[in-house]
Amino acid sequence: MNTWIAIGLTVLGCYAVKFAGLLVPAHTVERPYVRRLAALLPVALLAALTAQQTFADGHTLVLDARAAGLGAAAVALVLRAPFLVVVGAAVVVTAGVRAIGG
Amino acid sequence: MAQHTALNDRAADSADKPDAAVVRDALGVGVAVGLSGFAFGVTSAGSGLGLLQTCALSLLVFTGASQFALVGALAAGGNPFTAAAGAFFLGVRNAFYGLRLSQLLALPRALRPLAAQWVIDETTAVTLAQPTRRAARIGFTVTGLSLYVLWNLTTLLGALGARAIGDTRAWGLDAAGPAVFLALLAPMLKTATERAVAGVAVVLGLGLLPVLPVGVPVLVAAAAAPLALFAEGRRSSRSGVAGGSHGPGGSHGPGGSHGPGGSGGRGGSTGPARVDQVDATHDMEGNR
Repeated sequence: MNTWIAIGLTVLGCYAVKFAGLLVPAHTVERPYVRRLAALLPVALLAALTAQQTFADGHTLVLDARAAGLGAAAVALVLRAPFLVVVGAAVVVTAGVRAIGG
Repeated sequence: MAQHTALNDRAADSADKPDAAVVRDALGVGVAVGLSGFAFGVTSAGSGLGLLQTCALSLLVFTGASQFALVGALAAGGNPFTAAAGAFFLGVRNAFYGLRLSQLLALPRALRPLAAQWVIDETTAVTLAQPTRRAARIGFTVTGLSLYVLWNLTTLLGALGARAIGDTRAWGLDAAGPAVFLALLAPMLKTATERAVAGVAVVLGLGLLPVLPVGVPVLVAAAAAPLALFAEGRRSSRSGVAGGSHGPGGSHGPGGSHGPGGSGGRGGSTGPARVDQVDATHDMEGNR
């Protein structure tokens, strides 16, 4: 049930902001500060999410196979690999490290 | 508006972009990114969501980063409200895409509620790169339609596949989520400000993890964004940078170059198209 509540809220919230953008006259919100903030918010959220989903296990910080997988993804990104290759590298390396007991 | 000026300039350069070329560009993005719905389906099912829940997210939320964030937060045991809040804040950038698209597409009122669902990183990147309104409309529609159909099909296949293979952790599939986030984040880290925001957010996100309820540290980490703008504003007012209304710092280039159309379009994409589309979007920004 909790999952459905979260899904419902996310559906409503995400649709509302998409629709609002098409309806609201541009000049009302398109101030430099607001635009900059809107561009920086995803940076902060994605950075925190990346770190947490790599190093968190519940409330504890851990260093496990996922860190190696993320490292592989970072290398793939530096090499300008396509998106699916980046994700694939993370998955394969994580599985490999686990398989050899990491 | 500056937007229209840029549009006209570009129209003069390449007024005759054939419809087929627009369709080809749009399909390239739609197909490549649409396929990555597979990663979402697998991650969502591996996070413990049911088939119906996973498919509902792709059908009704349809903005990749928010979907990944939501299932990640739920898998970690976050409460539904903090989980949804994190997903919502990631989706806010779409409102700024909508502002830009409504000028470019000039959609009839009746179509707006439908078109809104397709206002995302990829459709914005393709639409902004088109020289004329006709091309923009074709680009938006073809990218939106192909991406929506494929993203939902591959979500379903991914969720079914995850069930079939059982323990997704053994296959390393729990690393797909953070890898997706990193791939979205990397192209956004253009200037020192963005890197500082990311660094502070990582420290807050990990540092608060042991002491705050699951999901809350990510929301607190979002404060890194206004903090950085505040610090930037102080620095520029102290050094008296000439740049006036264009805001902080000459080092950040001409005003507006970091607006959501540019950096968001570049960074927020959910797929390989990101790299190709970056330049197109960026040029558009530069012209303005």
